Amino acid sequence: MIFEVFRQEKKGQAFAHAGSIEAPDAAFADAWAREQYGRRGESAALWLVPRDAVHQVNDWADEFDLKYRRVDGYSIKGRLKEARERASSTAPVDR
Amino acid sequence: MSANAAREQEFLEYVQSGGQVESTDWLPADYRQKLIKFIEMHANSELMGVLPEREWILKAPTLQRKLALTAKVQDEVGHAQLIYRVAEDLGKPRDEMFADLLSGKAKFHNVFHYPTKTWGDVGVIAWLVDAAAIISQKALLKCSYAPYARIMKKICWEESFHILHGRDVVLAMMTGTPEQQELVQEAVNRWWGPLMQFHGNPIAREEDPMYLWRIKSQGNEEARQQFLEGYVPQIWELGLTVPDSNLGRGDDGVWVYSEPDWAELKSVVTGHGPRSQERLDFRRRFLEQEKWVRDSLVAA
Ligand SMILES: [Fe+2]
Ligand SMILES: [Fe+2]
Repeated sequence: MIFEVFRQEKKGQAFAHAGSIEAPDAAFADAWAREQYGRRGESAALWLVPRDAVHQVNDWADEFDLKYRRVDGYSIKGRLKEARERASSTAPVDR
Repeated sequence: MSANAAREQEFLEYVQSGGQVESTDWLPADYRQKLIKFIEMHANSELMGVLPEREWILKAPTLQRKLALTAKVQDEVGHAQLIYRVAEDLGKPRDEMFADLLSGKAKFHNVFHYPTKTWGDVGVIAWLVDAAAIISQKALLKCSYAPYARIMKKICWEESFHILHGRDVVLAMMTGTPEQQELVQEAVNRWWGPLMQFHGNPIAREEDPMYLWRIKSQGNEEARQQFLEGYVPQIWELGLTVPDSNLGRGDDGVWVYSEPDWAELKSVVTGHGPRSQERLDFRRRFLEQEKWVRDSLVAA
């Protein structure tokens, strides 16, 4: 299991991503994170988060993008290919 | 230009303008491959780099030195763990990296292929080898691959203690008996060649693929100049000499030196150094011997 490690340097500060560790469970992750990120007293606290529990948001829709008014605002190539493949793999329709 | 080539070009421009990427971003195949190779060699060097020092833990002259050296060795193994983790996220499993290290397919830095003859070597390694290494590692704080750059912060912070520990060992000996001073001088003589080879041949940075992708943020010669500028005066001020009669700082601030032995560098990093095989054998033995620990952890 991979745990992402977030480290708080001083009380009151934000936790910042510091790296990751691999451990079979939370107990081992706890032991190794202490050793790796705390043995010199360099951290006030750590957050150990299973990687799968991190829900990432990094695709931002741009509402002010005005490209829809232009030809280059539409890229249909990929979806057209997908639609054609889908059509050809399903049963033919009587015409 | 194909869609992929355009995307790669866009990526290249992005990293060249100082942009950083995450493991979840799209990465060009060539970038990923170069990055893994670079990071893997770094991790291997941290792992193999403790072996020359480990030999001296039991022979350290005082308890204080023994503890400090043990702490340094623990740090370096910790660095290896952190760096292997970053390489794993890029797609290369750790077992495969160990296998490639042991078979000689993957390399580790030249300086870790040499013997540690005396306590003088231990001081010179921690002081000057770590100094040379921290120059490369500081340049990685700006690496285009952000997860690598982030762990470098912690690593550089710990490295600064290593250098000070080494300098302290050297200072203790240089203020000691003539025999002790001689041990340091002999160690400097032994290590100077490998140190000058450490940063690699002076290939122009624009021709260095690792610079092109902004994995490194400086060229080899820039790193070596920085090392000379920072440390030669520190060596000289202790009354030590450097075994290169051509060494000097030009009026333009650029250091001149005798051509490092590039043939030696090549032969050493390809596994023909004085301790290469012995140290790989040591790793092989321990990886086999401790396999049950890793297996039982995975089964836990
Ligand atoms: Fe290190
Ligand atoms: Fe170090």
